[in-house]
Amino acid sequence: MASTITTVPNAGAPVAGSRRSFWSKLRDGDEIARLITFLFAASVVFITLLLIFELWQGSALPRHKFGFHFLTTQVWDPILDEFGALPFIYGTLVTSGVALLLAVPLGIGAAIFLAELAPARVSDTLQFFIDLLAAVPSVIYGLLGFLALIPLMRDYIQPGLKKTLGFLPFFTGPMYGLGFLTAGIVLAIMVIPYIISVSREVLLSVPRDQREAALALGSTRWESTWKVVVPFARTGIMGSIFLALARALGETMAVTMVIGNVVTISPSLFSPGYSIAAVIANEFTEATGDLYLQALVELGLVLFFLTFILNGLARLLIVATSQRGSGMGHT
Amino acid sequence: MKRIAGLLLVVLALGTIVVAQNALLINGAGATFPYPIYSKWFDEFHKKNGNLQFNYQSVGSGAGIKQVTEGTVDFGATDGPMNDDQIKAFKDKHSGSGILHFPTVLGAVVPTYNVSGVSGALNFTPEALAGIFMGHISKWNDPAIAAANKGVNLPANDIVVVHRSDGSGTTYIWTDFLSKNSEGWKSRVGKGTSVNWPQGLGGKGNEGVTGLIKQTPNSIGYVELIYAAQNNIPYGAVKNPSGAFIKADLASVSAAAAGAAKEIPDDFRVSITNAPGKTAYPISSFTWLLVPQKFSDATKRDAVKNFLKWMVTDGQNLTETLSYAKLPKEVIAKELKAIDQVQ
Amino acid sequence: MSRRLRWRKFISGFMLTMTGLCAFVAVSVLFLILGYLVYNGGTSISWNFFTKLPAPVGETGGGMANAIVGSGKLLLLATLFGVPIGFFGAIYLAEFSGSKTAFVVRYAADLLNGVPSIVIGIFAYSLVVLPFKHFSTMAGGFALGMMMIPITLRSTEEFLLAVPRALREGAMALGASKWKTIATVIVPAAYRGILTAVLLAFARVAGETAPLLFTAFGNRYWSHGWSEPTSSLPVMIFTYAISPYEDWHRQAWAAGLVLLGLILVVNIIARAILARGIAVPRT
Repeated sequence: MASTITTVPNAGAPVAGSRRSFWSKLRDGDEIARLITFLFAASVVFITLLLIFELWQGSALPRHKFGFHFLTTQVWDPILDEFGALPFIYGTLVTSGVALLLAVPLGIGAAIFLAELAPARVSDTLQFFIDLLAAVPSVIYGLLGFLALIPLMRDYIQPGLKKTLGFLPFFTGPMYGLGFLTAGIVLAIMVIPYIISVSREVLLSVPRDQREAALALGSTRWESTWKVVVPFARTGIMGSIFLALARALGETMAVTMVIGNVVTISPSLFSPGYSIAAVIANEFTEATGDLYLQALVELGLVLFFLTFILNGLARLLIVATSQRGSGMGHT
Repeated sequence: MKRIAGLLLVVLALGTIVVAQNALLINGAGATFPYPIYSKWFDEFHKKNGNLQFNYQSVGSGAGIKQVTEGTVDFGATDGPMNDDQIKAFKDKHSGSGILHFPTVLGAVVPTYNVSGVSGALNFTPEALAGIFMGHISKWNDPAIAAANKGVNLPANDIVVVHRSDGSGTTYIWTDFLSKNSEGWKSRVGKGTSVNWPQGLGGKGNEGVTGLIKQTPNSIGYVELIYAAQNNIPYGAVKNPSGAFIKADLASVSAAAAGAAKEIPDDFRVSITNAPGKTAYPISSFTWLLVPQKFSDATKRDAVKNFLKWMVTDGQNLTETLSYAKLPKEVIAKELKAIDQVQ
Repeated sequence: MSRRLRWRKFISGFMLTMTGLCAFVAVSVLFLILGYLVYNGGTSISWNFFTKLPAPVGETGGGMANAIVGSGKLLLLATLFGVPIGFFGAIYLAEFSGSKTAFVVRYAADLLNGVPSIVIGIFAYSLVVLPFKHFSTMAGGFALGMMMIPITLRSTEEFLLAVPRALREGAMALGASKWKTIATVIVPAAYRGILTAVLLAFARVAGETAPLLFTAFGNRYWSHGWSEPTSSLPVMIFTYAISPYEDWHRQAWAAGLVLLGLILVVNIIARAILARGIAVPRT
């Protein structure tokens, strides 16, 4: 916190050290600005906490009935009132994992191209179009996935994978066209605009002298990009991946149309499955009976904790691999 | 900055302008199955009564029940009648006032399939259907299916079962039928809008199931009659309690209702699957509008009552063009009397 | 030229071509989607579509005028609610806060971002719909606004922090107070990035259906003011797509196309009006 500088044109603010009265600090615009912006930032935390609270309250029945077994049970039976979250947790993790595996390399690659190689006009135009991808309603993604991607998967991609990589447990089993892999692909397409858009802007904001210094030292274009510019923009790029991950974890409509909606755990990516968001979207409006309804709310709570843990792990990863002096050092 | 603020304020103000409205907006929520006919009805009714706007949104039967109980909508709609607990919950929230069920149209759930080489209607016994959906019958040329379909060349392929992923009245009707006909199904799975399916893929909505069946060879699923008819996918005939294999159509569905009409309770909450009658289609069902017994707003009450009266008389003439079966005479007579209960 | 250098040059060319490929894949997916929408929904786009209310099944000539206006109102509310919170919150994180507070707020924003849209809808339902016992445009705007906060906050913060130190120090050296520096130097320097973030958040919520089902609900007719239920393009797409009628399906595709067009227009206008006068040219 800088104290007022003596030559400040706004008269009336006394020069001094830290022992200024509250009121004189208030007259200095900084304190107000700090307060106001603090309130806004705090409201974000407040909303999140309120949400967690509502989820906690709204899931009291199943929490008391099942306890931690909820996380390990594989049964989901609304008639017999037995509920377990494991298959949904599995499906959420697998589909988001596949989505990131596909979207991150593609996204960062595209962002590098747009920021470093493409001339400004081309870059802006292409970015424009990529931003449109973010605007496609999730329902349409689901429909397109259903009508266009599933046949493609069933007739070409899945058999192709089975022929070449069928010895791996990931590519076995009957091929319906839908399933974990299909859902992962749809999610990848949905989150890629976030990665590209934000990464590109961050890459563009890396000061020119960084690049020039690298080139001056004799690096190739690629080396200066990959070894200097990208690390400088690291935290921004990681931020975009966080956005992408969160989007993938919470997507409902598109996933439910292509994942098959079967409560099962299977190592094969061709297998149909289910995710937390999808089951909530499917069953919440029709759920009757308090235990059933609250079990769905508890699933929402579980997703919250899942996001919490995944975010934590990712941040630890950043800290662990962070080099000193590269860009902004915050998580 | 100032430019943005100014622009936003102008737009905000525009949005706040309340266009002079002399129309009364009445909101309803519920089942997706009757959405087409309801939207047609409300539009026709609006043409005759320009000051009344009925706004119906198809958010699902369960949501319809919930929202009318919470009081966020004026009426609800459901494919499966409210059970006693739900009615009690409504009474508790509305200081003792009850909720009334009014049948509107009839629907049917049909078995649809995609079997290579089969383009006509297959015959299914209830036991075969239960067996297929439970996983006991796994191939198309299984004797249980073949016995009812002599002369049809059924392939030796594995059956892929498709069911609904979202909770739905259609599922309720289907599982109700299976529960009535199979002790095994009743004890293992039961009936409800969402059940723990022994096997099969889940499609979202009737459309999702239809789409999956169209795309997946050797599949079988269940959808509302309209979807099968509109999408031109083959659907099968089902054996009714009288022993005849009946294919669902307007006549056979109405026959089911007529057969059950004599036994219909005063509150209209009845399941008509397995209805008696030689020509009755065994997987038929009413769909209901849920109307609170007491209205605090007299204008709304009168509007709703007038609509109901119109619905069971003139409204019934509009159903068949949209492939909904109309209510039998006995039910209509009973309903007209029941409408007076709304105060 | 040494062998090593040749190899490095080859890698350079190769990798850069690969990045071009990535961009190509991303953009071509979009064009495929657009093409599909145009092919399936193009025929349904007509003057009627933009001016008439929906017609019941079997009747032609209906449109989605109320859904278009409804979406506009909802998005306006969402922006008014979500963007200031994200924007000013980000300023706090980037300029005023300590690292611990910043960590907590960022974490909270990331958590909020991961909440399924239907849960947000249910949350908004219990806060804004149940107490008042009716669905409203306001509730819908609130739900969508909440979803805009995390993207706006996180991205704005990134771009604020990316402003070179030299600019800040220069301003301070000229005697500007902190908030003045922020308002006149830092924010304008980060403007492009912030605008990108806001437009991204806007695009995201414009296509969301689930949060609206239990907040804005839906409306067959025109919605007046802010406290009636309102129709919206995503909900119409959803309702029509799961119906059994081919005509309604085509209208659903058309609605998707119109929604994209809406976002495109907003993008263009926003960039045109608001991107003038950037302090720092693109490096």
